[in-house]
Amino acid sequence: MVTRKSRSEIERMRRAGQVVAEVLDKIEAELRPGVSTAHLDALAEDHIRSVGGTPSFKGYPGINPKRPFPASVCISIDNEIVHGIPGQRTIQAGQIVSVDAGAIVDGWHGDAARTFYIGEPPARVAELIDLTRAAMLAGIAAAVPGNHIDDISAAVEAVADAAGLGIIRQFVGHGIGTEMHEEPQVPNYRTGRPGRKLEPGLCLAIEPMFTLGGYGTRIGPDDWTVVTADGSMAAHFEHSIAVTEDGPQILTVA
Amino acid sequence: MAKRDAIEVEGTVIEPLPNTMFAVELENGHRVLAHISGKLRMNFIRILPGDRVRVELSPYDLTRGRITYRLK
Repeated sequence: MVTRKSRSEIERMRRAGQVVAEVLDKIEAELRPGVSTAHLDALAEDHIRSVGGTPSFKGYPGINPKRPFPASVCISIDNEIVHGIPGQRTIQAGQIVSVDAGAIVDGWHGDAARTFYIGEPPARVAELIDLTRAAMLAGIAAAVPGNHIDDISAAVEAVADAAGLGIIRQFVGHGIGTEMHEEPQVPNYRTGRPGRKLEPGLCLAIEPMFTLGGYGTRIGPDDWTVVTADGSMAAHFEHSIAVTEDGPQILTVA
Repeated sequence: MAKRDAIEVEGTVIEPLPNTMFAVELENGHRVLAHISGKLRMNFIRILPGDRVRVELSPYDLTRGRITYRLK
């Protein structure tokens, strides 16, 4: 069901979004070669719990009912697109690291992701990361009342098409509120249908996932990690936003 | 966290079954058991054998689906 949030509810979502942004800031500050992904995860969980929140990813059900997501953040490296599980693995120079975090604060969800490069990226990788972020911002800019979901999708798609980047199709953005995943779905490509009309109070997670190759995906043996089928590098950016009369407002900022 | 896309495909209704369920043959030749979305039922749209329909599949169970649209 699609729900529209009141002004006060959006303020509460902004608080959850702020916590998520703080988590990503903390992880960004710690990202360097040799640091373990489990350490980054612990950092995230500690911060979320220190403000009385709950990590929304922990325990989230996936394709295998026996294996819910075991951590507070997703850390996806190189050809991994999303949903990488933190563990003993350490960060290395020359890697593309995508970090996705979610928190529930006071019953409301925030969800955001950023991609980093460890070191100085080769030109094409820098372009991949910059344009995935630019596409997210273009999608957000299209999230104005009167537009439709497909206007967001078209804005995101145009950025990838202009640079010949692959757009992941099997995973999409989503509504967000008292649940992490609410209706409507927000695809990063045009579907050929307008989709829902955007109205003030609609809250969305806009999250392009682009690759240097195609759009095919596979899920790894851990039942979570989504990798590119062709082994190409991937990037992922996400903000939770609210559609308002005054235009889109980003909720996941510190 | 990205949401897994609900897969939408087109197919042809093969036969009506009890409880407003339908056997639908998809374009790829697979047969699925599909129920009818609440909105179609509310608007009293009749689904007959041979009708082309749009079916939403769950990535978790590809043998079952939900008819979301009757194509003209």
